Amino acid sequence: MKNSLRLAVTAASILAFGATGATAQVSDDVVRIGVLADMSGIYSDLSGKGAVEAVKMAAEDFGGTVLGKKIDVVFADHLNKPDVGAAKAREWFDTGSVDMINDLANSGVARAVAAVAKEKKRHIIVNGASNMGITNELCSPYAIHYAYDAYSLAHGTGKAVVEQGGKTWFFLTVDFAFGIGLEEQVSKVVRANGGRVAGAARHPLATTDFSSYVLQAQASKAEIIGVASTGADAVNAIRAAAEFGATKNQKLAALLLWIEDVHALGLPAAQGLLLTNAWYWDMNDDTRAFAKRFNERVGKMPNMAQAADYSSTMMYLNAVKAAGTDEPDAVSKKMREMKVSDMFTKNGTVRVDGRFVHDMYLWQVKTPAESKGPWDYLKQVSTIPAEQAFQPLSDSKCDLVKK
Amino acid sequence: MDIFGIPHQALMGQIMLGLVNGAFYAVLSLGLAIIFGLLRIVNFAHGAFFMLGAFVAFLVGRYFGIGYWPAMIIAPLVVGVAGILFERFALRRIYKLDPLYGLFLTFGLVLVLEGGFRVFMGSSGNPFPTPASMRGVVDLGFMMLPIYRGFVILMAVIVCAGTWIVIEKTRMGAYLRAATERPELTQAFGINVPILLTLTYGAGVALAGFAGVLAAPIQHVNPSMGSDLVIIVFAIVVIGGLGSVLGSAVTGLGLGVIEGLAKVYYSEASTTVVFLVMALVLLLRPAGLFGREES
Repeated sequence: MKNSLRLAVTAASILAFGATGATAQVSDDVVRIGVLADMSGIYSDLSGKGAVEAVKMAAEDFGGTVLGKKIDVVFADHLNKPDVGAAKAREWFDTGSVDMINDLANSGVARAVAAVAKEKKRHIIVNGASNMGITNELCSPYAIHYAYDAYSLAHGTGKAVVEQGGKTWFFLTVDFAFGIGLEEQVSKVVRANGGRVAGAARHPLATTDFSSYVLQAQASKAEIIGVASTGADAVNAIRAAAEFGATKNQKLAALLLWIEDVHALGLPAAQGLLLTNAWYWDMNDDTRAFAKRFNERVGKMPNMAQAADYSSTMMYLNAVKAAGTDEPDAVSKKMREMKVSDMFTKNGTVRVDGRFVHDMYLWQVKTPAESKGPWDYLKQVSTIPAEQAFQPLSDSKCDLVKK
Repeated sequence: MDIFGIPHQALMGQIMLGLVNGAFYAVLSLGLAIIFGLLRIVNFAHGAFFMLGAFVAFLVGRYFGIGYWPAMIIAPLVVGVAGILFERFALRRIYKLDPLYGLFLTFGLVLVLEGGFRVFMGSSGNPFPTPASMRGVVDLGFMMLPIYRGFVILMAVIVCAGTWIVIEKTRMGAYLRAATERPELTQAFGINVPILLTLTYGAGVALAGFAGVLAAPIQHVNPSMGSDLVIIVFAIVVIGGLGSVLGSAVTGLGLGVIEGLAKVYYSEASTTVVFLVMALVLLLRPAGLFGREES
């Protein structure tokens, strides 16, 4: 009796030790994901509440726990200010037990947070921003650029428009890291395909009156007016161009348009525009199923960044599970080994520079007659295969790329 | 023909656009000037009421099928009533306190209104079609002017002139001016000053609502459309002379043009030029261009 009691106590203590041994693999006994998004500003429809809900959906679909520890989702508003975003990331990494930061709409914020992640050796996954710096000069084993980037936009919409004969370009560019980076990438594509850039007008973020910039674009006599902005800025620029009759002699190329922007413009104004997106809700049964659940929670259809927020959170959690720990270097290694096939993409992989490589798609906005109802906006023009959609590693400025 | 190295056409085009923007500035600063003149309240919520006007026009169109022209009457009325309620139940309680409280209260209202619309309507904004009879452009030779923008200038001039006539030439206007100068004395003559204050606030914000309807087809109806404008409008009221009706209208149009010129010659300065002018005016004429020094 005494012996068996001793045996039981020993066994229990061994088991307990074993259990603590396992939990020591998850820091602070929780896997916490921070969604750092624009919750209140010009990009809040593109990221915002939808991004938070997408990440929460992923955590729930994963089962709410990983390695026996709770998955917790927190969020904060970066106000489109890089300093605010960087300070929040620092606080989350230092004292908030946050293991990974997701979404990061706004290129300025994403760049600032990428630098913090590199310094703190914690993970970020960029879905809302396009700036090429994430996988070039700011690259680290802890940063993944997931949904899209400026290169893929330029090689989607930009290239398609040049090939249709739009050789001279004038840009309406939003004056910060995102717009300038996008203008740079598209200019490269235009020149490489025998085109010419006639000039650019730079406007501040959240401009309401584009009339003066449209006038400059008209005066340039360029064939194509490239809109290097997004969200409300792009919507206002496109409206102003139509209002001032610019669309009679010139064509518009919207370089980053979201499904919400098409919704805001309305089909009569947006029809015929080309856009490059990684994902559209009405691609197949999987995307439609996700969109339906998302719509029930958020009240609108998800866009490519929000779908990517979901998909990339799943990837991160799967990597934590496979690594048996949330230790950043082990998780980083796992994420760079795995293949992602889900409702967002098929056979996506993370490259050494942090670029998540997958197919991109060129879409055209439907005419009002083609659309069957709300949110039925896009038809597919072509697929941009993964190997062409993203910057080749040979051009990378990332110091992790061996040359 | 080039003027200082800028093609004549581009210059004329920007001046024309400046006039259109100036028209909005004029109508908005008019309401702000009237409110400040009588209530001594720095009405930070002016931009939010502008946004409210645009949204009312949009919503009555979407849910009741009411077109642009009736909305032009309905929206300012709704905004005016909202303003009257706000004055009656909130603003009135702080007249005796430091002016800073008025600023806080109205700024708080801005956050509530903008945040509320953002939650319920989203941040991307909503399309608002230009009325059918106003579509198309006129070729002015130096630029294509959308007909609707020409109409905006016309409406702004009519509204500013109308307001000026009401204030300067009617009995109601005389009461108003008297109440501005000597509220106690005016009350002693049997005029109900508190009601006058309420109505003035209502009328001032109704003007903002009206400008909101005018802006809806141009600006895309979204929650932040007012806050982008209100800072500039404040600067205009300061430049024109606090509380001066004529000053606000003239300065509004004038600064719109100056902004347009800045966009041609040095576009980086176009967002700051208004404040530069404000600083200069405050240095040289602290009471503003059309204001009077108070003893």
